[in-house]
Amino acid sequence: MLAPSQPTEQPKGWLARTWDSDVAYSFRHSPVAIGAAVASIIMIGAALLAPLLAPQNAFDPAQLNLLDGYTRPGETGMGSGNYFVLGADNQGRDVFSAILYGSRVSLFVGFASVVFSMVLGVGLGLVAGYLGGRTDAVIMRIADIQLSFPAILIALLVFGIARGIIPPALHEQMAIGVLIVAIGLSNWAQYARTVRASTMVEKRKEYVEAARLLGMSPFSVMWRHVLPNVAGPVLVIATINLALAIIEEATLSYLGVGVPATQPSLGTLIRFGQQYLFSGEWWILLFPALALILLALAVNLLGDWLRDALNPKLRQKS
Amino acid sequence: MKKSTFLTLALLSAFAVSTVAADARTVRWARSIDAQTLDPHAANIGPTSALAHQMYEPLVIRGYDGQLIPTLATEFRILPDRPTVWEVKLRQGVRFHNGNAFNADDVVFSFTRARAPTSDYRGLLTSITDVRKVDDHTVHIETRAPNPLLFQNLADIFMMDKEWTEQNNATQPQNIRERQENHATRNANGTGPYVLVSREPDIRTVMRRNENYWGRNQYPLEVSELIMVPIRENATRIAALLSGEVDVVHDVPVQDIARLQQTQGIRVNIGEENRVIFLSFNVGAEPLRSSDIRDRNPFANRTVRQAVNIAINRDAITRVVMRGQGAPIGYLGTRFINGHSAEIAAPPRFDVAAANRMLDEAGFPRRAAEGNTRFSVSFHCTNDRYVSDEAICQAVVAMLGQIGIRANLVARPAAQHFPEIQRLELDFYLLGWGIPTYDSEYNFNFLYHTRGQQAGTWNGTRFSNPDLDRRIIALASTPDQAARNREIADLWRILREETVYVPLHVQSISHAMRGGIDVPIHPGAGAWFKFFQFRGS
Amino acid sequence: MFAYLTKSLLQALLVMLAVAFIGFSMFRFVGDPVANLVGQEATIQDREELAQLLGLNDPIPLQFFHFVTNAAQGEFGVSYRQGRRVSDLLAERLPATLELALLSALFAFVVGMILGVYAAIRRDGVVANIVMSVSLIGVSLPTFLIGIGLIYVFAVECRSWSTALAAWTGWQGWSGACLPSFGRGETVRIGWWTTGLLTESGLKSLIMPTITLGFFQLTLVMRLVRSEMLEVMRTDFVKFARARGLPERVVQLKHALRNTMIPVVTIVGLQLGSVIAFAIVTETVFQWPGLGALFVQSVQFVDIPVMSAYLMFVGFVFVVVNLATDLLYLLLDPRLRTAKTAAAQ
Repeated sequence: MLAPSQPTEQPKGWLARTWDSDVAYSFRHSPVAIGAAVASIIMIGAALLAPLLAPQNAFDPAQLNLLDGYTRPGETGMGSGNYFVLGADNQGRDVFSAILYGSRVSLFVGFASVVFSMVLGVGLGLVAGYLGGRTDAVIMRIADIQLSFPAILIALLVFGIARGIIPPALHEQMAIGVLIVAIGLSNWAQYARTVRASTMVEKRKEYVEAARLLGMSPFSVMWRHVLPNVAGPVLVIATINLALAIIEEATLSYLGVGVPATQPSLGTLIRFGQQYLFSGEWWILLFPALALILLALAVNLLGDWLRDALNPKLRQKS
Repeated sequence: MKKSTFLTLALLSAFAVSTVAADARTVRWARSIDAQTLDPHAANIGPTSALAHQMYEPLVIRGYDGQLIPTLATEFRILPDRPTVWEVKLRQGVRFHNGNAFNADDVVFSFTRARAPTSDYRGLLTSITDVRKVDDHTVHIETRAPNPLLFQNLADIFMMDKEWTEQNNATQPQNIRERQENHATRNANGTGPYVLVSREPDIRTVMRRNENYWGRNQYPLEVSELIMVPIRENATRIAALLSGEVDVVHDVPVQDIARLQQTQGIRVNIGEENRVIFLSFNVGAEPLRSSDIRDRNPFANRTVRQAVNIAINRDAITRVVMRGQGAPIGYLGTRFINGHSAEIAAPPRFDVAAANRMLDEAGFPRRAAEGNTRFSVSFHCTNDRYVSDEAICQAVVAMLGQIGIRANLVARPAAQHFPEIQRLELDFYLLGWGIPTYDSEYNFNFLYHTRGQQAGTWNGTRFSNPDLDRRIIALASTPDQAARNREIADLWRILREETVYVPLHVQSISHAMRGGIDVPIHPGAGAWFKFFQFRGS
Repeated sequence: MFAYLTKSLLQALLVMLAVAFIGFSMFRFVGDPVANLVGQEATIQDREELAQLLGLNDPIPLQFFHFVTNAAQGEFGVSYRQGRRVSDLLAERLPATLELALLSALFAFVVGMILGVYAAIRRDGVVANIVMSVSLIGVSLPTFLIGIGLIYVFAVECRSWSTALAAWTGWQGWSGACLPSFGRGETVRIGWWTTGLLTESGLKSLIMPTITLGFFQLTLVMRLVRSEMLEVMRTDFVKFARARGLPERVVQLKHALRNTMIPVVTIVGLQLGSVIAFAIVTETVFQWPGLGALFVQSVQFVDIPVMSAYLMFVGFVFVVVNLATDLLYLLLDPRLRTAKTAAAQ
């Protein structure tokens, strides 16, 4: 239908090449992937545009009116007279606005911490698997230590140290950065383990051996030959971990070391909402939970598809 | 026809069941946390002493109206010729659960144990210099100075059996430095209405009625078996009540009260606790550590503190955040304590406009470059200690936003919060305060007196007034009650004006129950099952 | 082989020490135990004396040294919160956690395996895709919410729908479908071990915590089995089996599945350790009297001896599981055997 898909003689631009690639082809033919991508884009876009879309700045306590508390969905608040499409929570915070602002925090913390642990884990895993010997032993023992600690405890430790180093006046501003480092540091070992195992198998194969014999440096051998082969499993872990990071952030807030309660993330909103499970104010829990499920589902489905699409062995149907 | 016979049968069997049940009725009592220990002198903390009160007894207990009820003591008076000596007549014919008779030796021993270095109650007994046996059922308690309020401090000082404790090597309260478990930690031998059957810490504690209890005919004692189960998670605890797995829930979250009240067969009792919730300022001369005003401390200015005081909408907090539980208050006390009066307890009038004017006058204008705020400060709060504590703090942040103060909320577990109050590290914080002696002096002593080795332990505000300190200390040795009460009233008037603290409300607590038992609210947040009756649901 | 084993053991010991040290140095960030140990009335002097007595004012390395020398003799001290020997406490709580962890690992493995195989065989089927998607919903909710949701449906609301069903069908047994919301039910003591597997209430109490704890692992196993199956199905030897004219069922279950097992078993083994460690939230939600719940309460109370001992225990479990998988790899893959021995020398 569109021009780039027609065969032409001229060299194509990068956009056209992308459009023609195998991955894009697989994308165009997967309704699930398209749906998930659309949902993700809408949610990420809504989160980014929260200040424009939200009727209320959910992070500014001065805008909250306590007397709006517990307004039901689709009703006007007793205090401000504002209309609350998804209701208000116990502080008179608009649930819709809170979800928009909350997704911002959750997505940011999630993406940043996943990238952080991925870079750390993949790097260490490659080095350990490729070099072997003492380096491998040291790195993998450190990974054991990381795994033997509940993620929450590692995060608590990072938080404690950060509290000691950062001046008290900056605690609030640093909270999110510390969260990212804390969650990132508590998840890298999985990547390292997976990448190390694949690397150990891969580096024995003839073509890697051959590349080395041709005089390529170990770094570029790993970069060009080993990394693409471990990308699949790493992506799978990353997609699951994105949802996990968002949940872990909620748990940390629960222990009192996460984001401040006045600037709630999606997870924190759910944590507050679960108190209302028996009390009849279902909207405080339901809407943030739905938003989180939708977000996690979309990300995971995209990851699933990407994984299959990246694996040439699975592409053609038997 | 058939239906009606069936009905009659059902009614008959129900009747039969209820008559049997009147004699053997089990109550499963759920709390958010377990008692730390059964050792009655080892931990001075609510849940621990509430459990101990079922099995052990003090000389007097605090009744549901806050008045003292003679228990193991029948009479107590200050000797007319020796104002530093209290004479105590002990109840006769009382036996411990193991059959030993209760006498003066046990009282002398128990006081020695409660004053030992590892006892957690010795802070309440510092005025005592000696406890002497006069005869088998008379004891003299000697105090350093005349102490007319001594018995106010004795309502949690439990009496133990000297012989049993000595036989089991438990003459000292449990000591965590010893690498051995103290026998009294998981075993109990008191004079109380319930006898310990089994104890599995953090799982369940089973007690049965003491059929030889001295008050067997005096008190209802309708519960024949009492099982205490700790359930930490709020939702799980409420679920267990709704599903009928427990009969009494001691700590009900405020948001669940309405739903429980509407549930058939469930009864909710709500009442004020003898505990006040308040905000505290760092009023020291140094600039605040967490503020963006670096050259002076805004809270050192009394006008600023008073502006905060009138900018807090206490009604909204109790009505919305606390769901109507709790009573707004204007001083650091409750209606249960000596020194309370309607005049000093009246909450200030909520007036945001006036508060804004006062802050302008105090020299803290709104700054356009800083989001139209006057100054910022970190606001520290607990998230696991008081009823809805974190939600209260969020509401306070919003209200301070209205007068241009940006409070950055930090909500953490009490185990981190309290030590920082003690170390004077906080600029602005929430605290709750229970008053076990039911007297204002306790509050003056711990919260207003200049921080020092013996007094002002909980004064994390740096507030210091040597003149007030002298008057606070003098209260302890003022035998004339009328003069003492006048002095207390005057002190409250001065302190109310100082506004070192912003009192928010007196905390309400609620118990929910099913199966017809009625568990009223005790101001000390405890429960005495010997009083409770089944009323039919 | 022997050299490799001793080397592994030495490394394991080092890991344990490191775990202990990290755990130890972070306790001072959890809070101050003295605040919980003394009453409101305690003076500043009392507090300082107690801190001195507990050795909290000693430098961290010195405290650590005391801790390790004692721990080496199996002596973890006395719990601040309960005044009982920590070793007794751990022994008392261990059966509850182990039973729960093993059962949920089993649950995750069996159900995950079945669903994974199904999803692989019916790769593009509607049901398979629904199963895959629903499993993702489960993973995207915090564990505490899943647990509380289960309680709400099967312990609370169940009472009303079981009575409705009983009235409708005339059978009174429906209430038996409701599950306990907390605790372990009745347990039977065998030696020092307590088990809930031998009583009806014990078994019923296990159902919801097992599902809650196993749900995440289930999804992991299912996805792993599915992808491994899909990979194996492409391999030559499966194609060869097909070419031999073996029925599709036999090829799928006998040839493909068997080759999927090795990585899956390894992962489940590795996950067992984390199941034990991460039972913390599940145990809290269901008031399950295991080590995780004990740990949560210790953190809240700053019960340092219990926290240290628990961390040592978790470290120990991981070291054992890692050692076992390392050995398993050695036995399964001769190529790795030569590599590892070479590395060890």
